[in-house]
Amino acid sequence: MSVKTIATQRASMNIPTGRLAVWWVLVSEIVIFGGVLVSYLMHRLGHPEWGEQAAYTNLWAGAFNTLVLLSSSLSAVLAHQAAEKGDGPKAARLLYLTILGGLIFLIVKSFEWTHEIQEGFTLQAGGFWSYYYTAAGLHAFHVIAGMGVIAWVASSARKNQELHRVENVGIYWHFVDIVWIFLFPLLYIAK
Amino acid sequence: MTATAPAAPHGTTHEPGHAHGPHRNYVKIWGILVLLLVVSVVGPMLGIRWVMLVTAFGVALVKAYMVAKNFMHLDIEKPIVHWILLVALALMVLLYGALAPDVQKGAGQGWKKDAGFHHSFVTSKPHEAGGHEKPGAPPENAEHDKP
Repeated sequence: MSVKTIATQRASMNIPTGRLAVWWVLVSEIVIFGGVLVSYLMHRLGHPEWGEQAAYTNLWAGAFNTLVLLSSSLSAVLAHQAAEKGDGPKAARLLYLTILGGLIFLIVKSFEWTHEIQEGFTLQAGGFWSYYYTAAGLHAFHVIAGMGVIAWVASSARKNQELHRVENVGIYWHFVDIVWIFLFPLLYIAK
Repeated sequence: MTATAPAAPHGTTHEPGHAHGPHRNYVKIWGILVLLLVVSVVGPMLGIRWVMLVTAFGVALVKAYMVAKNFMHLDIEKPIVHWILLVALALMVLLYGALAPDVQKGAGQGWKKDAGFHHSFVTSKPHEAGGHEKPGAPPENAEHDKP
């Protein structure tokens, strides 16, 4: 007995159900990350002295991680392109590259955090550091979740199955990339 | 009488996504994004405030736009998606507009934040901030609690 999906297309909107669901997820993510970022921005503008604390973040680690996420987004969109052509195995290989990008990002982040905590910059070291760990930690959690879902999608894409999910998971990953694009200047550049 | 193509069994074939959109050179787009990343790192090093704002935050906006347009294919996405995203972004602006005056300003017409307000983050316990309650004294609203 096989399980069949009831509706794969929203007739009124002419959009696949799965893709629409991903967009709705991203809308809720915008509200979550938007709340954190706007709140940080308000406090940062109200506390010029936070710039001294921000000076201790590692600009080069942040820049390298931006490069890693941009590159993982490239492999995700190339995986989508391969899926559009019906080449599931190639899409899977590119998705595994995306996961590798996420892994490198987390390794760099863990080294960065270890160093900062050893220097005494903990979550309770001040307002800036509270926001730094909250925003970057929430983002890292999304990277981990994305890696898990991408691995699951890649395993079926490898067998040329459920290829439409490659695009859906790619949209999510690009959003995670966009969030980091804003976190990078806010936490690493504005001193 | 019209003939319709038989539906393919779900899960075995790829549903049409954005295959019919414009041809994009993704590697070239990635190259531009990396170039913009270099600009956002080098720009603030000049130490000029407006250059920092433009190169860090202005470039971030451009990068986000490029990723959304070219990688997420928002430019050829259905209008409903644009609308729901705009509503979420509008909520961000509303949040800022509603709270920023209170958070960012230290004083206004007929009001002023006390000295300890901005340091509340580093004060772990209320009594360390020099509270007004005396030890053993009843709470201020004790009178209202009487039957």
